[in-house]
Amino acid sequence: MLGQFLSHPPVELGPIGPELVLAGAGVLVLLGGALVRRRQPRALLLASLAGLTGAAVVSVSLWRWRGHATVLGGMVQADRFAVVARLILLGVAALALVLGHHYFERLGEERPEFYPLVLFTTLGMTLITAAADLILVFLALEILSLSLYVLTALSRRLAAVEGSMKYFLLGAFSSAFFLYGVAMAYGATGSTHLSTIARSLAGQTGNQALALAAVALLVIGFGFKVAAVPFHMWTPDVYQGAPTAVTAYMSAATKVAAFAAFLRVLMTSFQPLTWDWTPIVWGLAVATMIVGSVLAIAQTDIKRMLAYSSIAHAGFVLVGVSAATQEGIQSALFYLLAYAATILGAFGVVMLASGRGEEHTSLGSYAGLCRRSPLLAGLMSLFLLSMAGIPPTAGFIAKVNVFRAAVDAGHWGVALVGVLASVVAAFFYIRVMVLMYMQEPLEDVEPDPSIVPRLAVAVPALLTLLFGVFPGLVLGLLERASVLRW
Amino acid sequence: MRTPIAYFLVASAALFTIGSVGVLVRRNALVIFMSVELQLNAVNLALVAFSRMHGSLDGQVLAFFSMVVAAAEVVVGLAIIVSVYRRRRSADVDDVNLLKW
Repeated sequence: MLGQFLSHPPVELGPIGPELVLAGAGVLVLLGGALVRRRQPRALLLASLAGLTGAAVVSVSLWRWRGHATVLGGMVQADRFAVVARLILLGVAALALVLGHHYFERLGEERPEFYPLVLFTTLGMTLITAAADLILVFLALEILSLSLYVLTALSRRLAAVEGSMKYFLLGAFSSAFFLYGVAMAYGATGSTHLSTIARSLAGQTGNQALALAAVALLVIGFGFKVAAVPFHMWTPDVYQGAPTAVTAYMSAATKVAAFAAFLRVLMTSFQPLTWDWTPIVWGLAVATMIVGSVLAIAQTDIKRMLAYSSIAHAGFVLVGVSAATQEGIQSALFYLLAYAATILGAFGVVMLASGRGEEHTSLGSYAGLCRRSPLLAGLMSLFLLSMAGIPPTAGFIAKVNVFRAAVDAGHWGVALVGVLASVVAAFFYIRVMVLMYMQEPLEDVEPDPSIVPRLAVAVPALLTLLFGVFPGLVLGLLERASVLRW
Repeated sequence: MRTPIAYFLVASAALFTIGSVGVLVRRNALVIFMSVELQLNAVNLALVAFSRMHGSLDGQVLAFFSMVVAAAEVVVGLAIIVSVYRRRRSADVDDVNLLKW
């Protein structure tokens, strides 16, 4: 009888299952870290990994989702694109947790807040890949950003706190632009649902001028998050200042999440305006590839060099986005997968090679690394070759796919600039390899000898080789995942 | 007599511009942060105006969300700024010079 009064529309919580698991695990780990008297970092690590595994299992089960395409009042999309993006993010988070656990243990610092913060950041990231409403995109963007600002400052060094302040001020600035873009999209079409916006724009019932302003402002907002030139200023400072394990996490995961949302928003809600936004993305891609590759040459710190390299990689992904086809989405997803594995591994090696904390991050301290640790030098070379796009690594296949998608879509110029930028970029990657193998050690740096983080770095290395030699293993899956409907 | 919606939108755009210029020109982290808040409130004004124009409540709901997010941002942001101030005795962004090109 009570049911008559309390009747409600059917609520399908399946498609946000991964987020519910992550939120639950995050709260439990937070309470565990705060309440247990003798803090056990290892227990927190295992609990967090269990949460990530649970979320991954739920994500995989969503591959065969038979319910409605959008649930919770059109807020969340249940498609395979979100499943793939989530799995990449969860894998990155798991490896980063292992690296971070070791980083703080070796420094002798107690950081029980690290684990829940990573879980909450991952929650924001997985949510943004499935968001089908601009309100939810904005909220998820803020969830991940606010956690990342705190993660960046998780260190005793002043550089970390300063980097965090820069990240925060510029991140909040970009959020304001993003939100103004959401307001303009709402003003143009009277809705914040991605599909309703698309229908309104396709039927020419919306206000075209406001819609164009919305596209421009949203591109600025996403540009900050993916670190596209000219919105990249914060990247080197934050990547250098943050604890290396956190840098490894955010360089890999933030870009995957932001690009997934970027792709979804552009390819669904603003699909009717494709001819208007393609040139903008095109220009961003060209500027990002050139500036990222050229400025990386001048760097003397390995973390800053990798930061500029990650900016250049954002440019290559933008080449795939600018194609605006299913092939473009697929190539961008594959590039993100290859990039996430490579940059996570590279920063992992940096963490191990620089002793304790950030003692030795100058390029000079990489001289003769192959004498002191042949394994680390070998892993680093593999990641650098993948970033430079040299076969048989995943980076090569990723670059070929992205350029092919652009050429097929008729963007010859941007593909040409991309090839030239990768030639420039190869210079500074190979310079590090020359340092490692062909020069005498300058200073006496003892690399971290631990085994577990080495295993965590070996996983992305294996994936880089595997996807480079047998790309067909994932390309089929990605093709089925790269359908964005509205 | 109803005030035309365009007036509100112009006011919102003006506030947003003042906020952006404030972020780019001012040097004190707190003032920069206040300028960002001004931008967010300019967006809220635009959202409420659009909400009235369309006769739907979505915009007002979104304005509430943005207020909550702004409040959460204040919590994290002020903590970071205070943390920098404690070590440097200054909240001037020009003094933050450990990290350069």
